[in-house]
Amino acid sequence: METILGLDLPTWWFLVIGGLITGYGVLDGFDLGAGALHLFFNKEESRRLVLNAIGPVWDGNEVWLVIAGGALFAGFPLVYGVLFSTFYIPFMLFLVSLIFRAISIEFRSKEPWAWWRRMWDISYCVSSIFITFLLGLVLGNLIHGLPINKQHEFTGNLLTFFNPYAILIAFTTLSLFMLHGAIYLVMKTENRLYAKLTVLVNNCSKFFILCFILTSMATLIYVPHMTQAFKHHPELFVLPLIAVLTLLNIKRNIDSRKYFRAFMFSCIIMSCLLILFAIGLYPNIIISSTAPANSISIYAAASSNKSLKIMLLIAAIGTPLVISYTVFVFWTFRGKVKLNEMSY
Amino acid sequence: MPSVEILSRIQFAFTVAFHYIYPPLSIGLGLCLVIMEGIYLKTGLLVYRDITRFWIKIFALIFGIGVATGIVMEFEFGTNWATYSHYVGDIFGSALAAEGIFAFALESGFLGILLFGWNRVSKGVHFFSTIMVALGSIFSALWIVIANSWQQTPAGFKIEGHDLGARAVVTDFWEMVFNPSSVDRFSHVIIGAFLAGSFLVMSVGAWYILKGRYLKHAQAMFKVGLSVAVVAALMQLFTGHRSADYVSKYQPAKLAAMEGHYDSLAVADMYIVGWVDNKKEQTTGIKIPGGLSFLTHGSFSAPVQGLRATPPADRPGAVNFVFQTYHAMVAIGITLIGLTLLALILLWKKQLFNHRWLMWIFVLAVLLPQMANQLGWYAAEVGRQPWVVYGLLRTSDALSKKVTADQVLFSLILFTFVYVLLFALFLFLLNRKISHGPDVTEEEETDSEHFSKRNIANIPS
Ligand code: HDD
Ligand code: HEM
Ligand code: HEM
Repeated sequence: METILGLDLPTWWFLVIGGLITGYGVLDGFDLGAGALHLFFNKEESRRLVLNAIGPVWDGNEVWLVIAGGALFAGFPLVYGVLFSTFYIPFMLFLVSLIFRAISIEFRSKEPWAWWRRMWDISYCVSSIFITFLLGLVLGNLIHGLPINKQHEFTGNLLTFFNPYAILIAFTTLSLFMLHGAIYLVMKTENRLYAKLTVLVNNCSKFFILCFILTSMATLIYVPHMTQAFKHHPELFVLPLIAVLTLLNIKRNIDSRKYFRAFMFSCIIMSCLLILFAIGLYPNIIISSTAPANSISIYAAASSNKSLKIMLLIAAIGTPLVISYTVFVFWTFRGKVKLNEMSY
Repeated sequence: MPSVEILSRIQFAFTVAFHYIYPPLSIGLGLCLVIMEGIYLKTGLLVYRDITRFWIKIFALIFGIGVATGIVMEFEFGTNWATYSHYVGDIFGSALAAEGIFAFALESGFLGILLFGWNRVSKGVHFFSTIMVALGSIFSALWIVIANSWQQTPAGFKIEGHDLGARAVVTDFWEMVFNPSSVDRFSHVIIGAFLAGSFLVMSVGAWYILKGRYLKHAQAMFKVGLSVAVVAALMQLFTGHRSADYVSKYQPAKLAAMEGHYDSLAVADMYIVGWVDNKKEQTTGIKIPGGLSFLTHGSFSAPVQGLRATPPADRPGAVNFVFQTYHAMVAIGITLIGLTLLALILLWKKQLFNHRWLMWIFVLAVLLPQMANQLGWYAAEVGRQPWVVYGLLRTSDALSKKVTADQVLFSLILFTFVYVLLFALFLFLLNRKISHGPDVTEEEETDSEHFSKRNIANIPS
């Protein structure tokens, strides 16, 4: 098997996808979280401010989802097919929520009527919560494992997805995104809205800490396969340790109102959790809960080496470009939001 | 209940056709925006700044829906066409990944600056962002058309595995990218998009002229639209011909269906209008005898391969549909050439904006390129049936194995509902934006005297 720097190509592509999903979580996470909190703001001006705080960047953030989807299709077509056809109904709901969210942001400001704006406010908030929840649900099911038979076919039903563990993960995802979004918003606002957000951030951090503790316990008890890797590589224990320290740091920085730092730490914790998830899965992508032999590994699912090499090259050229203009856009819109005639 | 296959096909066709209302407008408007803003930067004329800002707002509306409906398309490959995804993933995937990284990220990243950056960045940086968004949308069309062209004329691959476990694997990336049809089809699709965007700009301009509002702005936008449309309409005939040329070489059954031609030994005619009876295998209508023979072989008497040369199971069933959609597209193409040339001549004689009937035609003509774009895809995709990947994978084998008919019915109903709502909202908002009109900058309406007074007032004392 061909390797680059000691890792084989499917493993590299597994890392690329992991990186993309992490990028998606870190970026779209804050605007989804901001959306989930939207209805906490009552005044029209506050709502416009929080919407414009994410205005110039949310679309670019969402692209990471598109790229991650494309990367999964490209690198592990088998998984792409199995995953999406298995989660058929949840994904369709997910797609419809994405549509509603996009048009809510886009349409809201187009008319001044109060009922019009209220309608899109609600649709924006609900769809943001829905998207986050469904993402979390899928994640939870992937961690938990799915009833997959030898032919890689799903043998459960719709209720299988709504198992308690997956629902817990969905709530945890929601709480993390809300925290992430609240920290982002507090960085972008001033005066009364800022004051209000400082309280909101605090509550979000409590909500997340609660979910974090519950998830950690549930994972240790109910999904032991996630901790397998730690038995062979005890040095990996450093990761959960970092996660806990990061969490404490978020809390500390929020308390001392150092929000930029808190934001950096919430990016780190998002990455840590996803890395833990990736380590738990590797070398599988879809774990079969019926028999370990039915799990789909990256080797069974991968595209040809040639194709993987081409795509790694594409990724190596493309990623610096994407990162550089992402940074450029964020830099352009740095600082507190101000409304003007081109705003939403 | 209809089968999973039928439902999935309806759903795919419906969602992609709906999606394809927006991308051509985004791509075409992108180009028009670059031209308008470029003129503004070069001449400093505020009219051009106003219309740029006006069209940016409409662009945002269209682009937003394009993105939202596009994401559906990407995931539908996995949800409804799992076998297909597995089959083409090795090939299609790299095009889609390249599209995401090189194109979508570019357009969506700079979109923020395009929409919200007027007061944040310098004029030059803003213009640069406009160009990047326009380029990004063209790139994204490039990759998606390459992927689709590979389905039409596969190249640069080998087959691994067998039966339903088989898949196509890249052997030569560039051969895959430059498969026999991608260049012709990409140019045809992109120019179709330029037509769609420029006709929208002209339509709105013509409307203001008819209403006597924003005359200066309306004429400026009409001219920008017309300059794109004239060139594009002429080039479309050429690229369309090139497309027909590759079809005749690589998909003879499709070409035969487009012209309703059955008998391989006979000279092939070209129909202006006609009707195909697929049961009797007969085509009637007004025709240029030997026209198709001439176009494919350069001789009015050379025979052309007909539909009967392909076994019924391997050729498109909806022959009349392919025939009609193809002919309607070509008819629209010719009409667009006529319309734009006429407008150009009248513009040259300085009479263009006086002809109300012509302005009315241009108000409505926005529908023509839209229709041609849709019809072109119907002809190309239905004419490719029963294959998803031409000659290799049948549509009926490409489905997801575990998805059931009621699931697809559910999602189909859901999407129908959402898209009808979306379309109604789109028309409503577009209409409101147009009737609101561009925000006219004050300075422009002030006469020179007033202007100099203001200048004096501005001088610090
Ligand atoms: C000729 C061009 C063209 C064609 C044939 C298609 N699209 Fe499209 N698509 C675009 C041109 C485009 C575009 C111009 O790039 C977008 C961006 C905004 C818009 O209105 O359309 C777009 C948006 C868009 C997005 C959202 C991208 C983002 O987040 O910025 C996705 C995921 C897709 N498309 C996927 C597809 C798929 C899977 C197609 C085929 C079945 C497809 N498109 C046909
Ligand atoms: C890369 C882009 C595209 C790919 C990969 C693609 C692929 C497919 C696939 C997998 C199907 C399903 C098989 C079927 O229903 O017959 C299909 C059908 C269809 N596509 Fe495309 N398509 C693409 C772009 C488009 C676009 C932009 C349009 C424009 C409107 C379009 C129009 C259609 C139509 C009308 C059908 C239905 C044909 C039928 O069911 O008989 N396609 N295409
Ligand atoms: C002027 C005469 C025209 C000719 C001779 C022509 C020819 C063709 C042919 C042969 C195809 C089929 C290619 C295939 O099956 O792969 C096609 C497809 C298509 N046409 Fe045209 N066309 C013309 C005008 C137009 C116009 C005016 C538009 C839009 C404004 C348009 C938009 C399209 C689109 C979107 C497709 C599907 C994509 C593709 O397959 O390339 N065409 N055209």
